Amino acid sequence: MSRTPPPAERQAERDAVLAALTGTVPYNRLLGVRFDRLGDELTGRLPFREGLVGNPFLPAIHGGVTGSFLEITALMQLAWDQVLGLMEAGGEAAERIAAGRFPPVPKTIDITIDYLRPGRPRETFARAQVQKTGRRVANLHVEAWQDSRARPIAMLRGNFLMPREGEG
Amino acid sequence: MTASDDDSGPAQPGKLPLTQVPPDGEGEPITGLPFSREIGMRLHQAEDGVAVVSVPYDERLVGDPETGVLHGGVITALLDTACGWAVMASAASLKSTATLDLRIDYMRPATAGEAVFSRAECYRLTRSIGFARAVAYNSDPADPVATAQGAFILDRVAEKEA
Repeated sequence: MSRTPPPAERQAERDAVLAALTGTVPYNRLLGVRFDRLGDELTGRLPFREGLVGNPFLPAIHGGVTGSFLEITALMQLAWDQVLGLMEAGGEAAERIAAGRFPPVPKTIDITIDYLRPGRPRETFARAQVQKTGRRVANLHVEAWQDSRARPIAMLRGNFLMPREGEG
Repeated sequence: MTASDDDSGPAQPGKLPLTQVPPDGEGEPITGLPFSREIGMRLHQAEDGVAVVSVPYDERLVGDPETGVLHGGVITALLDTACGWAVMASAASLKSTATLDLRIDYMRPATAGEAVFSRAECYRLTRSIGFARAVAYNSDPADPVATAQGAFILDRVAEKEA
Protein backbone atom coordinates (compact mmCIF):
# COMPACT_ATOMS: atom_id res chain seq x y z
CA MET A 1 0.00 0.00 0.00
CA SER A 2 1.40 3.38 -0.94
CA ARG A 3 1.41 5.92 1.81
CA THR A 4 0.00 9.37 1.20
CA PRO A 5 1.88 11.82 3.37
CA PRO A 6 0.30 15.13 4.36
CA PRO A 7 1.02 17.98 1.91
CA ALA A 8 3.66 19.74 4.03
CA GLU A 9 5.61 16.54 4.53
CA ARG A 10 5.29 15.76 0.84
CA GLN A 11 6.72 19.16 -0.11
CA ALA A 12 9.59 18.77 2.33
CA GLU A 13 10.31 15.32 0.91
CA ARG A 14 10.43 16.70 -2.62
CA ASP A 15 12.73 19.52 -1.57
CA ALA A 16 15.04 16.99 0.04
CA VAL A 17 15.06 14.78 -3.07
CA LEU A 18 15.78 17.80 -5.28
CA ALA A 19 18.70 18.83 -3.06
CA ALA A 20 20.02 15.24 -3.10
CA LEU A 21 19.71 15.05 -6.89
CA THR A 22 21.57 18.36 -7.28
CA GLY A 23 24.28 17.19 -4.90
CA THR A 24 24.99 13.94 -6.76
CA VAL A 25 26.83 15.98 -9.42
CA PRO A 26 30.25 17.11 -8.12
CA TYR A 27 30.48 20.02 -10.59
CA ASN A 28 27.16 21.41 -9.27
CA ARG A 29 28.70 21.45 -5.80
CA LEU A 30 31.90 23.13 -7.03
CA LEU A 31 29.94 25.98 -8.60
CA GLY A 32 27.54 26.15 -5.64
CA VAL A 33 24.42 25.75 -7.80
CA ARG A 34 21.14 24.99 -6.03
CA PHE A 35 17.52 24.86 -7.12
CA ASP A 36 14.23 26.25 -5.88
CA ARG A 37 11.01 24.52 -6.86
CA LEU A 38 7.58 25.88 -7.74
CA GLY A 39 5.34 23.09 -8.94
CA ASP A 40 7.37 21.29 -11.59
CA GLU A 41 9.37 24.40 -12.50
CA LEU A 42 12.90 24.76 -11.19
CA THR A 43 14.80 27.99 -10.67
CA GLY A 44 18.56 27.58 -10.60
CA ARG A 45 20.50 29.79 -8.21
CA LEU A 46 24.20 30.57 -8.53
CA PRO A 47 25.42 32.64 -5.57
CA PHE A 48 28.38 34.83 -6.46
CA ARG A 49 31.87 34.16 -5.18
CA GLU A 50 35.27 35.45 -6.28
CA GLY A 51 36.33 32.09 -7.72
CA LEU A 52 33.68 32.34 -10.47
CA VAL A 53 35.15 35.50 -12.01
CA GLY A 54 36.58 35.50 -15.53
CA ASN A 55 37.51 39.14 -15.93
CA PRO A 56 38.72 40.59 -12.61
CA PHE A 57 38.88 44.15 -13.98
CA LEU A 58 35.17 44.60 -14.64
CA PRO A 59 34.66 42.29 -12.68
CA ALA A 60 32.50 39.79 -14.57
CA ILE A 61 31.57 36.15 -14.07
CA HIS A 62 33.54 33.77 -16.36
CA GLY A 63 31.59 33.04 -19.53
CA GLY A 64 32.31 29.37 -18.96
CA VAL A 65 30.62 29.57 -15.56
CA THR A 66 27.52 31.22 -17.01
CA GLY A 67 27.46 28.67 -19.82
CA SER A 68 27.88 25.84 -17.31
CA PHE A 69 25.06 27.22 -15.16
CA LEU A 70 22.70 27.32 -18.16
CA GLU A 71 23.61 23.75 -19.13
CA ILE A 72 23.26 22.53 -15.53
CA THR A 73 19.82 24.12 -15.33
CA ALA A 74 18.73 22.37 -18.53
CA LEU A 75 20.06 18.97 -17.39
CA MET A 76 18.54 19.36 -13.92
CA GLN A 77 15.10 20.28 -15.29
CA LEU A 78 15.14 17.15 -17.45
CA ALA A 79 16.39 14.97 -14.59
CA TRP A 80 13.85 16.45 -12.19
CA ASP A 81 10.93 15.86 -14.58
CA GLN A 82 12.02 12.24 -14.73
CA VAL A 83 12.48 11.89 -10.97
CA LEU A 84 9.16 13.59 -10.21
CA GLY A 85 7.42 11.15 -12.55
CA LEU A 86 8.99 8.20 -10.76
CA MET A 87 8.04 9.60 -7.33
CA GLU A 88 4.46 10.05 -8.43
CA ALA A 89 4.36 6.57 -9.93
CA GLY A 90 4.99 5.17 -6.45
CA GLY A 91 6.01 1.59 -5.79
CA GLU A 92 9.50 0.31 -6.42
CA ALA A 93 10.53 3.24 -8.62
CA ALA A 94 9.64 5.72 -5.89
CA GLU A 95 11.49 3.66 -3.31
CA ARG A 96 14.66 3.77 -5.40
CA ILE A 97 14.39 7.59 -5.55
CA ALA A 98 13.79 7.76 -1.80
CA ALA A 99 16.95 5.69 -1.32
CA GLY A 100 18.93 8.22 -3.39
CA ARG A 101 19.24 6.02 -6.49
CA PHE A 102 18.52 8.26 -9.44
CA PRO A 103 18.11 7.37 -13.13
CA PRO A 104 21.06 8.03 -15.49
CA VAL A 105 21.58 11.70 -16.37
CA PRO A 106 20.60 13.01 -19.81
CA LYS A 107 23.53 13.82 -22.14
CA THR A 108 24.14 17.05 -24.00
CA ILE A 109 24.12 16.72 -27.80
CA ASP A 110 24.59 20.36 -28.76
CA ILE A 111 24.09 23.80 -27.26
CA THR A 112 24.19 27.38 -28.47
CA ILE A 113 24.82 30.09 -25.93
CA ASP A 114 24.15 33.79 -26.49
CA TYR A 115 25.87 36.15 -24.09
CA LEU A 116 23.77 39.29 -23.79
CA ARG A 117 25.21 41.17 -20.82
CA PRO A 118 28.19 40.72 -18.52
CA GLY A 119 27.51 38.63 -15.42
CA ARG A 120 27.97 41.03 -12.53
CA PRO A 121 29.31 39.99 -9.12
CA ARG A 122 25.95 39.02 -7.63
CA GLU A 123 23.60 36.04 -7.56
CA THR A 124 22.46 34.67 -10.92
CA PHE A 125 19.21 32.83 -11.59
CA ALA A 126 18.14 30.55 -14.44
CA ARG A 127 15.02 28.82 -15.66
CA ALA A 128 14.62 26.22 -18.39
CA GLN A 129 11.67 25.66 -20.69
CA VAL A 130 11.28 22.26 -22.24
CA GLN A 131 10.23 22.98 -25.84
CA LYS A 132 9.87 19.35 -26.79
CA THR A 133 10.53 15.95 -25.25
CA GLY A 134 10.67 13.06 -27.66
CA ARG A 135 11.54 9.46 -26.99
CA ARG A 136 15.25 10.11 -27.47
CA VAL A 137 15.80 13.84 -27.66
CA ALA A 138 14.64 16.87 -25.67
CA ASN A 139 14.97 20.48 -26.78
CA LEU A 140 15.26 23.19 -24.14
CA HIS A 141 15.61 26.94 -23.90
CA VAL A 142 17.23 28.39 -20.79
CA GLU A 143 17.57 32.00 -19.67
CA ALA A 144 19.85 33.37 -16.98
CA TRP A 145 19.31 36.73 -15.30
CA GLN A 146 20.41 38.72 -12.28
CA ASP A 147 18.51 41.82 -11.15
CA SER A 148 15.67 41.65 -13.62
CA ARG A 149 14.02 38.68 -15.27
CA ALA A 150 13.33 40.93 -18.27
CA ARG A 151 17.05 41.58 -18.74
CA PRO A 152 18.64 38.17 -19.30
CA ILE A 153 22.44 38.00 -19.18
CA ALA A 154 22.64 34.84 -21.27
CA MET A 155 20.45 32.32 -23.09
CA LEU A 156 20.96 28.73 -24.15
CA ARG A 157 19.24 26.55 -26.72
CA GLY A 158 20.14 22.90 -26.73
CA ASN A 159 19.34 19.32 -27.64
CA PHE A 160 19.76 16.60 -25.03
CA LEU A 161 19.82 12.84 -25.37
CA MET A 162 17.44 11.15 -22.95
CA PRO A 163 18.61 7.95 -21.27
CA ARG A 164 17.09 4.81 -22.77
CA GLU A 165 14.41 2.99 -20.83
CA GLY A 166 15.98 0.58 -18.42
CA GLU A 167 19.47 1.87 -19.13
CA GLY A 168 21.81 2.17 -16.16
CA MET B 1 40.19 39.14 -20.80
CA THR B 2 42.63 41.87 -21.65
CA ALA B 3 46.05 41.65 -23.17
CA SER B 4 49.12 43.35 -24.48
CA ASP B 5 51.41 41.40 -26.74
CA ASP B 6 54.82 42.20 -25.39
CA ASP B 7 55.01 40.34 -22.12
CA SER B 8 56.11 36.95 -21.01
CA GLY B 9 55.59 35.37 -17.63
CA PRO B 10 52.52 33.81 -16.09
CA ALA B 11 49.43 33.98 -18.23
CA GLN B 12 47.08 36.63 -16.93
CA PRO B 13 44.97 39.42 -18.33
CA GLY B 14 47.21 42.24 -19.44
CA LYS B 15 50.17 39.91 -19.76
CA LEU B 16 49.31 37.38 -22.42
CA PRO B 17 52.45 35.71 -23.73
CA LEU B 18 51.21 35.78 -27.29
CA THR B 19 54.47 34.74 -28.85
CA GLN B 20 55.88 32.51 -26.17
CA VAL B 21 55.38 28.79 -26.49
CA PRO B 22 56.19 26.97 -23.26
CA PRO B 23 59.06 24.66 -24.18
CA ASP B 24 58.10 21.65 -22.09
CA GLY B 25 54.59 21.28 -23.49
CA GLU B 26 53.11 21.25 -19.99
CA GLY B 27 51.92 24.78 -20.35
CA GLU B 28 51.59 27.32 -17.63
CA PRO B 29 48.77 27.92 -15.17
CA ILE B 30 46.24 30.55 -16.17
CA THR B 31 46.44 32.71 -13.07
CA GLY B 32 44.71 35.89 -14.22
CA LEU B 33 41.22 34.45 -14.67
CA PRO B 34 40.02 33.32 -11.23
CA PHE B 35 37.70 30.58 -12.46
CA SER B 36 40.26 29.24 -14.93
CA ARG B 37 42.75 29.18 -12.06
CA GLU B 38 40.26 27.45 -9.77
CA ILE B 39 39.76 24.52 -12.13
CA GLY B 40 43.46 24.31 -13.00
CA MET B 41 43.40 25.47 -16.64
CA ARG B 42 46.78 25.70 -18.36
CA LEU B 43 47.86 27.66 -21.41
CA HIS B 44 50.09 25.70 -23.77
CA GLN B 45 50.24 27.97 -26.78
CA ALA B 46 48.96 31.38 -27.86
CA GLU B 47 50.28 32.82 -31.09
CA ASP B 48 49.20 33.75 -34.61
CA GLY B 49 45.53 33.34 -33.80
CA VAL B 50 45.94 29.86 -32.34
CA ALA B 51 45.62 28.90 -28.68
CA VAL B 52 45.90 25.61 -26.84
CA VAL B 53 44.39 25.38 -23.35
CA SER B 54 43.87 22.35 -21.11
CA VAL B 55 41.96 21.40 -17.99
CA PRO B 56 43.21 18.55 -15.80
CA TYR B 57 41.01 15.68 -14.72
CA ASP B 58 39.60 16.54 -11.31
CA GLU B 59 36.85 14.76 -9.36
CA ARG B 60 35.32 18.13 -8.46
CA LEU B 61 34.55 18.67 -12.16
CA VAL B 62 32.64 15.43 -12.71
CA GLY B 63 29.16 15.63 -14.25
CA ASP B 64 28.14 11.97 -14.18
CA PRO B 65 28.93 10.32 -10.84
CA GLU B 66 28.32 6.85 -12.35
CA THR B 67 31.02 7.16 -15.01
CA GLY B 68 33.30 9.86 -13.59
CA VAL B 69 33.05 11.81 -16.87
CA LEU B 70 33.70 15.57 -16.68
CA HIS B 71 30.63 17.83 -16.82
CA GLY B 72 29.75 19.35 -20.19
CA GLY B 73 29.98 22.75 -18.54
CA VAL B 74 33.69 22.19 -17.92
CA ILE B 75 34.17 21.55 -21.65
CA THR B 76 32.15 24.71 -22.37
CA ALA B 77 34.43 26.74 -20.08
CA LEU B 78 37.52 25.22 -21.72
CA LEU B 79 36.34 25.89 -25.29
CA ASP B 80 35.21 29.43 -24.42
CA THR B 81 38.58 30.21 -22.85
CA ALA B 82 40.57 28.70 -25.74
CA CYS B 83 38.52 30.55 -28.37
CA GLY B 84 38.81 33.86 -26.51
CA TRP B 85 42.55 33.36 -26.19
CA ALA B 86 42.91 32.53 -29.90
CA VAL B 87 41.09 35.75 -30.75
CA MET B 88 43.37 37.73 -28.44
CA ALA B 89 46.40 36.05 -30.02
CA SER B 90 45.37 37.10 -33.52
CA ALA B 91 46.23 40.81 -33.34
CA ALA B 92 48.40 42.99 -31.16
CA SER B 93 45.90 45.84 -31.15
CA LEU B 94 43.27 44.02 -29.09
CA LYS B 95 42.67 45.17 -25.55
CA SER B 96 40.06 42.61 -24.57
CA THR B 97 37.33 40.41 -25.96
CA ALA B 98 34.01 39.06 -24.75
CA THR B 99 32.04 36.08 -25.98
CA LEU B 100 29.01 36.99 -28.09
CA ASP B 101 27.89 33.47 -28.81
CA LEU B 102 29.23 29.97 -28.71
CA ARG B 103 27.88 26.81 -30.35
CA ILE B 104 29.13 23.49 -29.02
CA ASP B 105 28.62 19.98 -30.41
CA TYR B 106 29.41 17.09 -28.09
CA MET B 107 30.78 14.05 -29.95
CA ARG B 108 31.64 11.76 -27.06
CA PRO B 109 32.16 11.82 -23.29
CA ALA B 110 35.61 12.97 -22.19
CA THR B 111 37.69 10.01 -20.99
CA ALA B 112 37.49 9.74 -17.20
CA GLY B 113 40.86 10.25 -15.55
CA GLU B 114 42.41 12.19 -18.45
CA ALA B 115 43.07 15.87 -19.04
CA VAL B 116 41.10 17.60 -21.81
CA PHE B 117 42.81 19.91 -24.30
CA SER B 118 41.32 22.50 -26.57
CA ARG B 119 42.96 23.88 -29.68
CA ALA B 120 41.27 27.02 -30.95
CA GLU B 121 41.87 29.22 -33.96
CA CYS B 122 40.61 32.65 -34.78
CA TYR B 123 39.93 32.22 -38.49
CA ARG B 124 38.59 35.68 -39.24
CA LEU B 125 38.98 39.05 -37.62
CA THR B 126 36.88 42.05 -38.61
CA ARG B 127 37.00 45.52 -37.08
CA SER B 128 34.52 44.56 -34.35
CA ILE B 129 34.27 40.79 -34.30
CA GLY B 130 36.57 37.79 -34.10
CA PHE B 131 35.32 34.45 -35.41
CA ALA B 132 36.84 31.39 -33.78
CA ARG B 133 36.46 27.64 -33.83
CA ALA B 134 37.87 25.01 -31.53
CA VAL B 135 38.12 21.33 -30.87
CA ALA B 136 38.31 19.62 -27.47
CA TYR B 137 40.09 16.28 -27.18
CA ASN B 138 41.91 13.99 -24.76
CA SER B 139 45.02 13.14 -26.79
CA ASP B 140 44.07 13.15 -30.47
CA PRO B 141 42.37 16.19 -32.04
CA ALA B 142 41.03 13.81 -34.72
CA ASP B 143 38.99 12.05 -32.01
CA PRO B 144 37.16 15.07 -30.61
CA VAL B 145 35.19 15.25 -27.38
CA ALA B 146 33.50 18.38 -28.69
CA THR B 147 33.79 21.09 -31.31
CA ALA B 148 32.84 24.73 -30.96
CA GLN B 149 32.37 27.81 -33.06
CA GLY B 150 31.81 31.30 -31.75
CA ALA B 151 31.83 35.04 -32.29
CA PHE B 152 33.74 37.36 -30.01
CA ILE B 153 33.30 41.10 -29.74
CA LEU B 154 36.56 43.02 -29.77
CA ASP B 155 37.75 45.89 -27.66
CA ARG B 156 40.57 47.41 -29.71
CA VAL B 157 43.35 49.58 -28.39
CA ALA B 158 42.57 53.19 -29.29
CA GLU B 159 44.33 54.00 -32.55
CA LYS B 160 43.42 57.56 -33.48
CA GLU B 161 41.26 58.58 -30.58
CA ALA B 162 41.75 61.99 -29.11
